[in-house]
Amino acid sequence: MIISLEHYLILGAIVFTLGVLGIFLNKKNVIIILMSIELILLSVNINLVAFSSYLGEISGQIFSMFVLTVAAAEAAIGLAILVVFFRHNGTISVEDINKMKG
Amino acid sequence: MIYLIVFLPLLGFLFSSIIGNKLNNKFSQYITSGFLILSAFFSWIIFYKFLINKENIDLIMINWINSGDFKVDWAIRIDALSIIMLMVVSNISALIHIYSIGYMSKDPSIPRFMGYLSLFTFFMLALVTSNNLLQLFFGWEGVGLASYLLIGFWHHKETANNAAIKAFIVNRIGDFSFVIGIVGIYFIFGTLEFDEIFNQVDLYKESQFNFVGIEISTLNFLCTLLFIGAMGKSAQIGLHVWLPDAMEGPTPVSALIHAATMVTAGVFMVARMSPLFISANTASNIIILIGALTAIFAALIALTQNDIKKVIAYSTCSQLGYMFVAAGVGAYNAAIFHLTTHAFFKALLFLSAGSVIHALGNEQNMQKMGGLAKKIPITASMMWIGSLAIIGFPFLSGYYSKESIIESAYFANTSFGNLAYYVGIITSGLTAFYSWRLIFLTFYGKNRSEQDLFNKAHESPLVMIFPLILLSFGSIFVGVVCYDLFIGNNSINFWGNSIIVIEKYSNHMPFTQLLLGKLFISIGIILATVFYFYRNDLPKKLSTKYNYLYNILINKFYFDFIYNKIFVISSHNLGKLLWKQGDEKTIDGFGPDGLSKVIDKLSLIAGRFQTGYLYHYAFVMLIGLVGFLTWYLYV
Repeated sequence: MIISLEHYLILGAIVFTLGVLGIFLNKKNVIIILMSIELILLSVNINLVAFSSYLGEISGQIFSMFVLTVAAAEAAIGLAILVVFFRHNGTISVEDINKMKG
Repeated sequence: MIYLIVFLPLLGFLFSSIIGNKLNNKFSQYITSGFLILSAFFSWIIFYKFLINKENIDLIMINWINSGDFKVDWAIRIDALSIIMLMVVSNISALIHIYSIGYMSKDPSIPRFMGYLSLFTFFMLALVTSNNLLQLFFGWEGVGLASYLLIGFWHHKETANNAAIKAFIVNRIGDFSFVIGIVGIYFIFGTLEFDEIFNQVDLYKESQFNFVGIEISTLNFLCTLLFIGAMGKSAQIGLHVWLPDAMEGPTPVSALIHAATMVTAGVFMVARMSPLFISANTASNIIILIGALTAIFAALIALTQNDIKKVIAYSTCSQLGYMFVAAGVGAYNAAIFHLTTHAFFKALLFLSAGSVIHALGNEQNMQKMGGLAKKIPITASMMWIGSLAIIGFPFLSGYYSKESIIESAYFANTSFGNLAYYVGIITSGLTAFYSWRLIFLTFYGKNRSEQDLFNKAHESPLVMIFPLILLSFGSIFVGVVCYDLFIGNNSINFWGNSIIVIEKYSNHMPFTQLLLGKLFISIGIILATVFYFYRNDLPKKLSTKYNYLYNILINKFYFDFIYNKIFVISSHNLGKLLWKQGDEKTIDGFGPDGLSKVIDKLSLIAGRFQTGYLYHYAFVMLIGLVGFLTWYLYV
C-alpha cells in the first residue's frame, strides 16, 4: 500500500480531533489541556510537512519548524504558569478553576 | 463725569465682591462709600450745569442690540426727570452707605453687603438714566435681583430667605405684565426709544384693537400693562405683599429700597412715560383708583402693626399710593416732587428706626420699647423731624409735596379725582396717627423692654448719626427749596419736555377744604396722643371691643392668608404633583432610572455566560472559529 497524501491528512485530522476532544472532555488536569494543545499543533505540523513534500515546496517545512519553536515556548510558559498557579491555589484541577465566573 | 455717576457704584460692587474679602473690611466700606460720595458729588455738578444750560443730553454709549429694524442702545439720558432721580438716588444711597459702616460694623460679611448696596444703586442709576424701555427694563430687573440678594442677606434666617423669594416672585408678576407692555409698545410704535415713542403718541390716540370681540383702546391697554408692572415694583395694593416682608433685610437695605431705589422705580416709570399716560384716560383712572386704595389701605394696616419697621414700610406703601394718585390725575411733577421729599424723610425714618434697633440690640417690637427719648435724644429728634415731615407739618418738605398732590386731585374735578381727594385727606389723618403712635410707643411712656437692655441703650456712633442729620436737613428744606422748580412758577421751564406738566391752576383751594385737610391731620395727632400718651389703656380696650375690625387690620386684610390659600398652596400642590408623578415616575422612571435598571438586568444575563471553566471558553472559541471558517468557505 502506498502511503499517499490522504493518509497523512486523515492522520492529522484524527490527531486534531483528539486534541480538541482532549480539551473539552478533560475535567481533571490542566496539564492535559496543555498536552491537547500540543497535539493540535502537531496535527497542524503533520499537515504542513505532508503538503510540503507533496508539492515539493520547502516553505511548509520551514513553517513547521516555527510552529515547533512556538509550541516549545508555549509549553514552557504554560507549565511555569501552572507551577505558580499550583503554589498559589494548591490545585490544578480544571473543575476548581472557575474564578472568572460571572 | 456722567459715566462716572452711573458706573462708580458698579466699580464699588466689583471691588468689594472680588477683592474685598481678601482685604480688611474697612477697605470695602470706605471704597464703596467713597465711590458713592463721588457719584453723588458729580450728580450735584451735573445738576448745577443742567440748571444753567437747560439742555438735555443723550449720551449713546454703545449699540446694544441691532437686529433688523430693532435697535437698542446703551445710553445715558440726562433731562430734568433723570437728573432729579440721579440726585435722589446717588445722594440718599451715599448716606445709606455711610450709615451702613456703623450699622453693619459687627456683621461677618461686610464686603458682600457693601457690594450689594452698590450694585443696587448701580441698577437704579442705570434705570433712571436709560433712554429706552429695554435699558429701563434691565435696571428694573437689576434692582429686583439686588433687592432679592439684600432682603435675603441674612441667609441663615429662614424668614429672610422666604421674604427674599416672595419679593422676587411678586415682582415677577408685575414684571411679566411690564414685559408684555414693552413688547406691545414695540409692536405699535416700532421702537423702544422714549423720544421716538412720544413723537408718535398722537397718531395712536384713537386707535383701537379688537380682542375677543371687544374694542379696546390701544394706549389704555398698553398703559394699564405698564402700570401693573409699576404696581409690582412700587408695591401697590394687590402686589404690595412683598414690601412689609422685605423688612427682614438689614435696616439700611429697607431704607434704600423704600427711599431711593426700587419702589420709586414704578412712579418714575409712569412719570417717564407720561406722554403716553396722559392720553390714556382709563389707565389713568385705574392708577388713581389703585393709588388711592393703596394709600388708605396701607395706612389702616400701619395703625395696628407693632414692628417698628413694618409701620414705616406700610407708610411707604401708603405714600406711594399718593404718588400714583398724583400721576393718575396728570400731576406728574407733583408725583416726582413727593417722590423726592419722601425719599429724604423715609430714609430718615428708616435710618432712625435702625438707630433705635441698634440701640436696643435688635429689638424691633414697639411694644417692647418706650421711654427711649432720654436715652437716645438725637435719634428721637430725628424721628420727630421725619414724622413731622411725613404728616405734612407746615413748611417741612412733606407739607409741600403732599399738599400739591391733594390739590391736584381736587382740581382734577373728575369723580376719580374727588375720590382720591377725600381718600388722600383721610389718609393724611391716618398717617398722622400711626406716625405719632410710633413715636409715643418708642420714645415715651414707661420702658417696656428688659431693664438691663434699656440701661445699656446708647446713642449710635457718629458715622450713623451724621447721615441722619444730613437727611433731616433734607427732610426739612427740600420742600421749600424745590417747590418753585418742581411745581411752582418755574416748573414748566424746568421740566422742559422730560415729563408732561399741566399748567398750574391759578387759584388756590378754597379755605374750607384746606382746613379740612389740616383738621384730619390734627385729629390723627390728637387721637394718637390720647391713645398712646395719656390713656395707655385705651388701645387695648378698643381692640378688644372692636375685635373684628382689629383682627382684619392686624392681619393686613388677610391678603397674605388669601394669597397663601389660593396661589401658594395650589402651586405647591401642582409642583408636588409634577415632581412626584411627572418627574420621578415618568421622566426618571423611563429615563435614567429605567435605563439603568434594564442595563442591570441585561448585565446579569450576560454575566451568566462567564462560567469560569476553561473548557467552556475554549469551546466557545472553537465554535466561533468553526463559524468563521464556514462563513469564509461557503459564503
